[in-house]
Amino acid sequence: MNRLERFSTIFLVAGFCFFIMSVLALGIAPALMTSGMPEDGGMPKEIPPEFQVYYKDLDEYHEALFLGRDIYIKEACWHCHSQYVRPVGGESMYYGAVSTPGEYENLLNRPQLFGTRRVGPDLTREAGKRSNDWQIAHLYDPRSTSPGSVMPGYTWYFDESTNPPTPKKEAIAVVAYLQQLGSWVKDGRRTVHDLNEITLPPAQE
Amino acid sequence: MSTDTTNTKNPLVPYGLVKAHMCVSFAVILLVVLAGLGYSMQFIDLYPLKDIAFFSPGRVRMVHTQAVAYGWLANIFFAIVLYMIPKLTNKPILSEKLGWFVFWFYNTLIVLTVVLILAGYGQAQEWGETPKILDPFIAVAVVLYVVNVVTSIWRGRHEPYYVTIWYVLAALIWTPLVYVMGNFLPEYFFAGTGGATISSMYIHDLVGLFVTPIGTGMIYYLLPVLMRKPLFSHSLSLIGFWGLAFFYPMNSVHHYLYSPIPMWAQYASIIASVGVHVVVYTVVFNVIATMASDWKKVTSNVSLQFFLVGALSYLVTCIQCAVQVTLTFQEIIHFTDWVVGHSHLVLFGTFSFWAFAWIYYLFPRLLNTPIYSASLTRWHFWLSFIGIVVMDIDLLAGGLVQGFMWKSLAPFIDSVVASKPFWWVRTLSGVAILAGTVCFVINMLMTWRQSRLPADATVANDILDADLAKG
Repeated sequence: MNRLERFSTIFLVAGFCFFIMSVLALGIAPALMTSGMPEDGGMPKEIPPEFQVYYKDLDEYHEALFLGRDIYIKEACWHCHSQYVRPVGGESMYYGAVSTPGEYENLLNRPQLFGTRRVGPDLTREAGKRSNDWQIAHLYDPRSTSPGSVMPGYTWYFDESTNPPTPKKEAIAVVAYLQQLGSWVKDGRRTVHDLNEITLPPAQE
Repeated sequence: MSTDTTNTKNPLVPYGLVKAHMCVSFAVILLVVLAGLGYSMQFIDLYPLKDIAFFSPGRVRMVHTQAVAYGWLANIFFAIVLYMIPKLTNKPILSEKLGWFVFWFYNTLIVLTVVLILAGYGQAQEWGETPKILDPFIAVAVVLYVVNVVTSIWRGRHEPYYVTIWYVLAALIWTPLVYVMGNFLPEYFFAGTGGATISSMYIHDLVGLFVTPIGTGMIYYLLPVLMRKPLFSHSLSLIGFWGLAFFYPMNSVHHYLYSPIPMWAQYASIIASVGVHVVVYTVVFNVIATMASDWKKVTSNVSLQFFLVGALSYLVTCIQCAVQVTLTFQEIIHFTDWVVGHSHLVLFGTFSFWAFAWIYYLFPRLLNTPIYSASLTRWHFWLSFIGIVVMDIDLLAGGLVQGFMWKSLAPFIDSVVASKPFWWVRTLSGVAILAGTVCFVINMLMTWRQSRLPADATVANDILDADLAKG
């Protein structure tokens, strides 16, 4: 019998070694190279002024960020919105500064939300590009702010018994999460499309 | 492999289990197509279940992909592997009771997956959106299944293995490892860029190390049986196997090119992806060369036609893969519908077609009843075929439009508006696929009903072959 066809050889070589080798070389090694989570989890150190009406201390704000992130996951926002800017295709002019590994080292990015499809625009540099009111209106009825959009409205995060509907705490948490994305980038957020309308939140620190 | 002219039962094969897994897969494929079609309607402003949280399009999309991978393909693969392996090794699986336990346990988990994703418990892992809470149980179910089947292979270890066993064995060893890696590491251990590195490995390995080897093993088993000829070349198939084992696991990072992942890892994955050519050409050449010896048979047997279309889709997808992973293409086509078209061609055009080929061969033999209607079979074949071809061409074209519009720095919404005609065509091709799938499910249901009527104990194999020339 051909030695190569023996059970033990197949088992050891194909079934295990190639796979483990690939995981170590192309999974764990690059992962370790780029990881370096700060001990405090890398979360924002202060509440942006426009959210101080909603959250009285940092813990509440962090809780809201996680809630917003969890909604971003459970509604699969990440299937249609990516979260990294590539160094090609004029993307830095489109979205803002090119992404670097270090900026993802916080607890909100575990699990990672890079995404692989852009039905809607990238959101890594969303902070301060649009007002909170715009974000809330867009979440309730995307076409009211972006005619032609194919995004569904997330009406169940709003109290519809009032007129106009009022955002529930989930909706505000989503906006808090979005307005935090890229808030750490001081320059390089301006793009060809929002140079005129941009209102940046006050710089942190 | 049996050359009997009558449909005799092999006592080693757990027929009940095979049938059970297969019947579940029939129900799931219908759910898959409905969910996919429903989601696509969101893109043309026709989504029928607007403003209901439970049926939010984002959640329905996760149901679509999860049902493809874990409900439809996993169940039909489980069925076919349970049928092939005892026949090839001439040894029984560990325990039929364990098999039934896995069947109920696993499919309960699949139902829970669908319900929990719709209820808002999806996980942020592409192709692994199964709720976090279910992941450990799915892993246990898969391990139990693997133990059950590998026992049969282990018991037959003193004989040389046919290439199908190699593929199945490798897939069975990889699948639990891949599942655990992808669902636990990025979720609990690696954040951001590191997490993306591992996630990308999962995205690729699920297709490359679970679906591809079992699918290839399936075609290498059934093709010679249907052609009544040995495979064109056994050594070529082994080259394909080793190429797969070596290159596929390293393709991973090509899902996140130009991302913050270290560039050397991106280059390595691109080179490995180009290496996949070796695997594809051996498989496709072997299949076509085996068929070429007798084209008449291919034109009259529906299973062979599904195999042929699947093999051609496989060739197209994989050439596409080796081209689109280059950085030049990535700049334009990444993030666009091109990728969506590519994945439909892989999982529907290739592996689902190969699974259909198997079903048209195996289901009549399990029930000892010929397929109910040749005309429904024909409808299923042509609607699926036209549907996937139109969908793929449409999405590739739409992807190019989107990619070049972004590069031109047009406002983003312009690319959305420009995509709408493409999304209309995509939905229409989905309607064709749904119609084909309904024909298929009705056909199987009626075949099953017919098998309940009293009939002769054994039926000649020729009658059981779903023959397009008849009816």
